[in-house]
Amino acid sequence: MEFFDEFPELGRGELRDFKKAIDFSFRSFSRAYGETLENFFDPLLQFMIWFEKLLIGAPWPIILVVIGSLCWLGARSWKLVAGSIVCFAIIGYFGMWENTMATLAIISVATFICIGLGIPLGIWMAKSNRVQAIVTPILDVMQTIPSFVYLIPVVMLLGIGKVPGLIAVCIYAAPPIVRLTNLGIRLVDEEVLEASDAFGANYKQRLWGVQIPLALPNIFAGVNQTIMMALAMVVIASMIGVRGLGVPVLQAVSNQYLALGLMNGLAIVAIAIIFDRVSQKYGQRLQAYRKGNGNG
Amino acid sequence: MADSKIEIRNLYKVFGSNPVKAMKQVHAGISKQELLDQHGHVLGLRNINIKIRPKRVQVIMGLSGSGKSTLIRHINRLIEPTEGEVIVDNEDVLAMSSDGLRDFRRHKASMVFQRFGLLPHRTVVQNVAYGLSIQGVSQAESSERSQRWIDRVGLAGFEQHFPAQLSGGMQQRVGLARALATDAEILLMDEAFSALDPLIRTDMQNILLDLQEELHKTIVFITHDLDEALRIGDEISILRDGEVIQDGDPQSIIMRPADDYIADFIKDINRGRVLEVRSIMKKSSRATGPKMVLKTPLEDALQQLVNAGKDSGAVTSDDGKVIGKISLKNAISAMARPGRDKKGPRYK
Repeated sequence: MEFFDEFPELGRGELRDFKKAIDFSFRSFSRAYGETLENFFDPLLQFMIWFEKLLIGAPWPIILVVIGSLCWLGARSWKLVAGSIVCFAIIGYFGMWENTMATLAIISVATFICIGLGIPLGIWMAKSNRVQAIVTPILDVMQTIPSFVYLIPVVMLLGIGKVPGLIAVCIYAAPPIVRLTNLGIRLVDEEVLEASDAFGANYKQRLWGVQIPLALPNIFAGVNQTIMMALAMVVIASMIGVRGLGVPVLQAVSNQYLALGLMNGLAIVAIAIIFDRVSQKYGQRLQAYRKGNGNG
Repeated sequence: MADSKIEIRNLYKVFGSNPVKAMKQVHAGISKQELLDQHGHVLGLRNINIKIRPKRVQVIMGLSGSGKSTLIRHINRLIEPTEGEVIVDNEDVLAMSSDGLRDFRRHKASMVFQRFGLLPHRTVVQNVAYGLSIQGVSQAESSERSQRWIDRVGLAGFEQHFPAQLSGGMQQRVGLARALATDAEILLMDEAFSALDPLIRTDMQNILLDLQEELHKTIVFITHDLDEALRIGDEISILRDGEVIQDGDPQSIIMRPADDYIADFIKDINRGRVLEVRSIMKKSSRATGPKMVLKTPLEDALQQLVNAGKDSGAVTSDDGKVIGKISLKNAISAMARPGRDKKGPRYK
């Protein structure tokens, strides 16, 4: 009967040795290669420092103008432009300007890295079922594993600072852009692809002339999701030394400062909403050709 | 064979997990249904042999599921056959390398699709220029060349519209212009007009016939519509369950249906309008009565005979020479439907 009451588990000693072996080997790996990796990421670190300084150092009116014009370029809506400028003005008025700029800096860099790696990976996944079968579970892990768990090895390897923070953000934020690029390309109408084949298009002509343009709305939804998820990681990234709006939130949590937490939290929300609305509007404009009665 | 532009020889297509193995059963003479029930494979095409002459319109007709769309896709190898040969201009399409095949598709055979297959994110002029841009023709030249075809199919003024802004008929004009713009000698039309409503369809048929008088392309036209087949086709092949059951010119198919299936198929057509006097005339160089040319439809011929008050008339060739005789009696009996049990000449 004992067999049914107790789960047949590994002995305590063996389990301890097992964990120890993993810890030990990773530790020696990080001792051996930690510095090489740090050097490898150094240009990225320098760039991030430069970019953050640029945003914080620039006069605030210029930043407001740049934000306003980006909103206009993306959404072509005066309402959104006005709304985003007002939001940033309020953020600045309540003393959160510098942290907001730092957050914008890391979000932008993380988003560009995710796009730069994610779109080609998504294209590759769409081309090959085998790649899709391998990458999909990896993306599942990246999205569901608790962030703290992958913070451990990242910090062991690279210490705390901007680069490990960036890596943590990217691990969490990259899956949507990869998934939606893959999905967008796979959803392109078979008939259009057949027509493209029938006229003798090669792989590149088919990809750039038909698949990518028709997948753009989906790809753009992926970019939108990636930005949103990067913003969601701001607080966790601040735990390993990334500056930004997450730092005061963390302070507020540990000291029970309600107002501080609320203000900075709402600032993150405001940035998220602005990004979301602008990128969604842009995505809609990309699909203008689908409307039957556009320019007459 | 020098007299055929496209020749399809012993073509088989089996869909399923192991077509090569299933082919053994097919060669042993298994029926389509048995192959599906016992082996889980679908017999798409069985032993197709068609010779398509240059500069003619070859119609391939059949009901849905007869394999006609599968067949046309073998000509430019959008579908790989299980067995057989497709020869175009003495070259085996199935032996082509992927580069050779791309070249063939770019320059030799263009295609028009049932549901248009237009690129929704490109304007009309960009769609028409698509084949040319694939060929690497410069922007300036390709938009000039496509403009010509846009004008020719009657879409001038709509160049900057997107496909979604056009009606079905207009979209298919874009599809037709796109196929013509590459100057390919072969035009493959897969139920090109089937998705259009009847009036627009007749319209498009007229456009196609007009263009053909001028361009003399080799056209392979797939349809399930008998009236369309009779109107457009110089030659018609009728497909059923993946097999050709009769081919010939429209007149011979109507006069001598190969089996009950085809007889049933053609029973509702207006025979007086489709049949021409050449199909029923008796050879004679001394016939008298009202003169009519070979291609006069029977209903017009009858009218002429009645108007002249004669029992028979003279059939003349295009240059006016009397070559045959047509009698009122023959004309009327040809207009009656062939009986089901009639022992007429059979195909094969």
